[in-house]
Amino acid sequence: MSAPASSASLPRRISTWLHRHPRAQLGLLLSGPVGWLLIAYLGSLAALMVASIWQLDPFTAEIVREPSVGNFRTLVTQKAYLDITLRTVAIALLVTLTDALLAFPIAYYMSRVAAPRTRSLLVVGILMPLWASYLVKVYVWRTILGNEGLVNWALSPFGLRIPATGDTADLFRVWLVFSYLWLPYMILPIYAGLERIPNSLLEASGDLGAKALTTFRRVVLPLVLPAVVAGSIFTFSLTLGDYITPSLVSNSQFIGNAIFRDMGVANNLPLAAAFATVPVAIMIVYLLVARRMGAFEAL
Amino acid sequence: MIESRGARIGLRLAAALTLGFIYLPLAVILLYAFSASRIQSWPIESFTTDWFARAFENQGARQALLTSIQAGLGATAIALVLGSAASFAVHRHRFFGREVISFLVILPIALPGIVTAIALNGTFTQFLDIDLGVGTIIVGHATFCIVLVYNNVIARLRRTSASLEEASMDLGADAFQTFRYVTLPVIRTALIAGGLLAFALSFDEVIVTNLTAGQDFTLPVWILRSLSRPNQAPIVNAVAVVAVLLSVVPVYIAQRLAGGETTRTGGAATR
Repeated sequence: MSAPASSASLPRRISTWLHRHPRAQLGLLLSGPVGWLLIAYLGSLAALMVASIWQLDPFTAEIVREPSVGNFRTLVTQKAYLDITLRTVAIALLVTLTDALLAFPIAYYMSRVAAPRTRSLLVVGILMPLWASYLVKVYVWRTILGNEGLVNWALSPFGLRIPATGDTADLFRVWLVFSYLWLPYMILPIYAGLERIPNSLLEASGDLGAKALTTFRRVVLPLVLPAVVAGSIFTFSLTLGDYITPSLVSNSQFIGNAIFRDMGVANNLPLAAAFATVPVAIMIVYLLVARRMGAFEAL
Repeated sequence: MIESRGARIGLRLAAALTLGFIYLPLAVILLYAFSASRIQSWPIESFTTDWFARAFENQGARQALLTSIQAGLGATAIALVLGSAASFAVHRHRFFGREVISFLVILPIALPGIVTAIALNGTFTQFLDIDLGVGTIIVGHATFCIVLVYNNVIARLRRTSASLEEASMDLGADAFQTFRYVTLPVIRTALIAGGLLAFALSFDEVIVTNLTAGQDFTLPVWILRSLSRPNQAPIVNAVAVVAVLLSVVPVYIAQRLAGGETTRTGGAATR
């Protein structure tokens, strides 16, 4: 039996009360995190939505706090914003595809070929660069791809070089650097997804007469698809939300640096806020599709 | 094993090439940090260790390192409290909206970074009229660090049998004693791992920080602002190497502490 009630100390009385009132216990536990995320995060997003219907007075450069659809009209009527959106979505899709293709062989090697010791070394070996200073990696690529950089040095014996300006070179650099940056985010979920496939399934497929390639196409790929989609959430969202990489390795406009320009350079928070609804809407659609494909279980 | 010998050799080669691609830029920055030249060209002609000493003497870089540590500690402390509270609530209780919690904690890193950045910046400057600085950096960082602690702690709780805590209560311990002597030792390494990852993320973050920092530059913000001054490049290289090392060490320790938990649950991938 527990201590007699007469000698019950304050901690014991509190814990007894909490035990009898699980709802109060739950309330205490949830109030902090949910309160924080509702106020600090969702509150800020709501404020952003409010700001998107304000206006910047072009003459005084003051923000006029009156509702209007002017910013959204600007977004729809100015072709530049449509171009920026399409270019960003295209590069995000291309980066996602590139990363999926690059990630698959190494993830497959880690999960089904490598010895357990090599496997855990590789997991750490991929995890650490994922965390190693994002900005430094972008900055190094800027140097590597620069005029006097490693790539042009390696290309020079063949009489080739990457031009410093021009749309094609800009898109190439952005595509390469994004693909590099988000590759570990794709490798890790695919590796985890491949690891979950029981060997017996592959053996059964072989026993039923399927060749290795057929087994891969008909058994492995469908089972690992949710993991690929899970990884693509990161490659896609991180590409949409990045304004530093495009501005450091290109002169091209993407959603991220266009919003940053409207906000930071033009000081037009309302227009930036209105344009920010575009990547949010794209991500919400993407997340809904990803959930239907079972990607949330593979996160 | 269904893979043929040829397929296995091919896979090994592909894995080696991919790993080489991942580590190439990190090797390049390490070499540049020791390059004697002020101009960033390849190949590197001669080497020196001077830039590290110069970087150490650089007031801006030192101040930025201090700000980064302050912000990291503040954000980690908040994330530890809020993240573990959320994980206990979800693990121990059944309530309406329980599934929403794991979605809510992941939202700050699932939505595009620029959106979070201008949302926080706009709220601080337009709605609340707060001066940007370490305080506003911490608010932003804590918001997206919660998920790292939450993921680590809930993974540990799910692997731990509830009978441990019940036994403690049956033996006469109150809720606080049970937490102190039973629950805390069980989740301790998960808490440390989550905290280290939270610190590493805070230390590394620049997309949101750049818009919540005001004049209090963190190390990445300092590097970003220094990029527009090419004559600073050698010092930036040395600082960059230090930044990479400082963000990798906590992750390595966290990985050792949490074992497979972080990678399996996506705790590491969902940064």
